[in-house]
Amino acid sequence: MSKIVLSFLLMDGPFEQARTTTAFRMIDAALDKGYDVKVFTYEGGVSLAFAHQKPHANSVHGRTFDEENHPLTKDWIAALFNKAKSKGCELEWVNCGLCVDERGVNDAIEGCRRGAPKDFWEWSKEANGTLVIGTK
Amino acid sequence: MAKYFLIESQSPFDYPEVNNNYNLASDLADAGNDVTLFLIENGVLGSRSAVASQGLTNLEKVKLLVDKFSLDERGIDTTELGTKIEVSTVASIVDAMSEGQKMMWL
Repeated sequence: MSKIVLSFLLMDGPFEQARTTTAFRMIDAALDKGYDVKVFTYEGGVSLAFAHQKPHANSVHGRTFDEENHPLTKDWIAALFNKAKSKGCELEWVNCGLCVDERGVNDAIEGCRRGAPKDFWEWSKEANGTLVIGTK
Repeated sequence: MAKYFLIESQSPFDYPEVNNNYNLASDLADAGNDVTLFLIENGVLGSRSAVASQGLTNLEKVKLLVDKFSLDERGIDTTELGTKIEVSTVASIVDAMSEGQKMMWL
């Protein structure tokens, strides 16, 4: 029996929309079920895996660096890669190359690669299911 | 007929187009399709029985699911939900994708 493959397209940048967190939850749920997952990021979404994201303290709320425990999307993506590995699933993460260049975020975390919308089009033809989460 | 899985993440109290999205779900169901509407993020705000918009309560032919995580984030107890609305999780979205349902993030 062939493995279930799901593909997602994400467009929102990090630290902006609840849709990003929801997308991570869905990918996590798919990996829990043992599915392979392919993620294509477009426009602002290409910054989700930017390797130079840095956490910070929160002076407004008086919280130290450790107390703030600032979440970073690059760390969540790394955690998803680790989960995929532990589950024996394939997680492919492709950032639109032109969008990456526009934003100067080519230095993505390990496991991600550059690509083009054609990648997503090819995936959508083969995947069991595809979900596009556009910006609003 | 096709199976549609629609995902609504916006509040009907903030965005007038949400009622149009409810109508889309209703029209698809009236056309003989199997339609699920999944409410998530601020989309769950319209699921409370005390404030449920008429557009949502009128979706008789549409299966209505609401994300438990989003309810918890907003302090909404499941006892507050309108009738016909089932508590669910994002796993339902993944299941629908795996079945090849037509997915639409509204």
